[in-house]
Amino acid sequence: MSKKLVIFLMSGRQTPDLAKAAVEGGADLIELGFPFSDPLADGPVIRRAAEAALAEGMRTKACLECLAEIRGRVQVPLVPFVYSALLEAYGYERFVADARTAGAGAILVPDLPVDSHSELERIQLVAPTSTDERIDLAAKTTDGWLYLVTLTGTTGARTELSSALAGLAARARRLSPPGLPLYAGFGISTPEHARAAAGIVDGVIVGSRAIEVAAGGSDDLRRYVSSLRAAIDAA
Amino acid sequence: MSSSSAQSAPPDEGHGLYGPYGGRYVPETLIPALDELEAGWRAAQADESFARELNELLANYGGRPTPLTLAKRFCGEKRVYLKREDLMHTGAHKLNNALGQIVLARRLGKRRIVAETGAGQHGVATATVCARFGLDCVVYMGVEDMRRQRPNVERMRLLGAEVHPVEIGTQTLKEATSEAIRDWIANVETTHYLIGSCVGPHPYPKIVRELQAVIGCESREQILAREGRLPEAVIACVGGGSNSIGMFAGFLDDAEVKLYGVEAAGAASLGSGRIAVLHGARSLVLADEDGQIADAHSISAGLDYPGVGPEHAALRDSGRVTYLTCTDGEALAAFERLTKMEGIIPALESSHALARALDIDESLVLVCLSGRGDKDLDEALAQLGRQA
Repeated sequence: MSKKLVIFLMSGRQTPDLAKAAVEGGADLIELGFPFSDPLADGPVIRRAAEAALAEGMRTKACLECLAEIRGRVQVPLVPFVYSALLEAYGYERFVADARTAGAGAILVPDLPVDSHSELERIQLVAPTSTDERIDLAAKTTDGWLYLVTLTGTTGARTELSSALAGLAARARRLSPPGLPLYAGFGISTPEHARAAAGIVDGVIVGSRAIEVAAGGSDDLRRYVSSLRAAIDAA
Repeated sequence: MSSSSAQSAPPDEGHGLYGPYGGRYVPETLIPALDELEAGWRAAQADESFARELNELLANYGGRPTPLTLAKRFCGEKRVYLKREDLMHTGAHKLNNALGQIVLARRLGKRRIVAETGAGQHGVATATVCARFGLDCVVYMGVEDMRRQRPNVERMRLLGAEVHPVEIGTQTLKEATSEAIRDWIANVETTHYLIGSCVGPHPYPKIVRELQAVIGCESREQILAREGRLPEAVIACVGGGSNSIGMFAGFLDDAEVKLYGVEAAGAASLGSGRIAVLHGARSLVLADEDGQIADAHSISAGLDYPGVGPEHAALRDSGRVTYLTCTDGEALAAFERLTKMEGIIPALESSHALARALDIDESLVLVCLSGRGDKDLDEALAQLGRQA
């Protein structure tokens, strides 16, 4: 089975076009950022993208409309990446219902640990600091696949793929139900990183670098995603 | 330790919930560190040597107990007592918390400390204890606050801390706190996050409250000794809320004592906020209907924060504490009045509590003078000059 490529894009007016380009370039899934004013898990690139999106008026409702528009343009699964502050304001259940209606498969909440709001079905995240007990719980409750945060830190490109990924992936593999896909994100920015990560896990998530490239337009993004795709397929 | 006599331990100790407030809204990366911190705190509480070490530092390094001063000229019609946290080493109550957390961090084996600061008082307290114990110290501070509180920036640097300017967003305490948390996420194995107020994810609100409870416990004993009775009212300023929660901790079970918290009118999370998530906890926050955090505005950098500790939110809901507001102008007037009438230059933060102490009904009043105003001279003189 070929390895999956996930591209993160921030909600915005250009995002439906960008999502289409990313899928044409070979993305298997689009993670759609809902901007928040105080995003603790994010490094400078995604933080600035969130600031710009908010300045453009991308509040929760507008992001859901963006999601629906993307749904009309591409066939791949769409996953909102949304901070708990937005869910608090919108209503957790209402958000899930409206996101589904707009075309989302699952959702990702980067600041909601596995043992809080356990009623909310979502893709769970685990980190190198997670205990076995917490990885076990996350693997049991996650919605579809498990998100491995490759490093202790915030989102953003790094020069090398985190050396912590291999150990985390081995633990997650051991503790997960058979067949649960493991996807790795945070700090993956080059085709070389993507190839190396794809040798370890089932899916690779690229965020900050994709946002930077997307600033240059759809063609740039399509080319960049193609280069990641080729690297992953060669893994 | 002296805080062990603090009254009314917060509800639901296990999960860090205060009614619907509190909790942990942070990336998974931090959860094991928060668990470690909580376990370390529990072990420290149960270990007499922790209390011994902290009490020795509070007394012989910090200058506790701080005095209670009757402010006769400031307010002639009633008896207003000032709890003189401004006389603590480094000039504010912040050192109570910094000393407690540094003793805890050393027990946890952490060699590097990160902190946020608004007014600079917590940054100075943190840089001070790091110097005292030879630990690396990084303080995040918004560039707008660095401008407003320049002497404290110089103090921190002299003490050996790296002051990291935060240039994003409002460039104040909110952004500085986010950046400190992000640093902690990246360096969590080696680093202790020495949070400055009773905010943040569980167990921070509880730890900071217990470390500041010494203010209320001392005050209660002191005023009983001086007046032979409890105060009719206790009043303290509220930004994140650490001096006030520490002061209130001594009086929460005394139903006859009226408790007042005073927020800056432009940063009144309790007065006009809504339930939202900020900096890892659910609390009352200045936020819009989408949950996006709004900007706060106050002349006082220490109160210029759109959130507040979750226990304050619960105390507002229960009605045990009444929360008032104070404008920049009223705070400046009280700042000038205390200076001219008592020879005490208060911090602009504490001046908010002083202003309301003048006009509440009660006649035996205890005010938490949480810090001294040297750091505010430039800002206050400029503003007062503009008014003149």
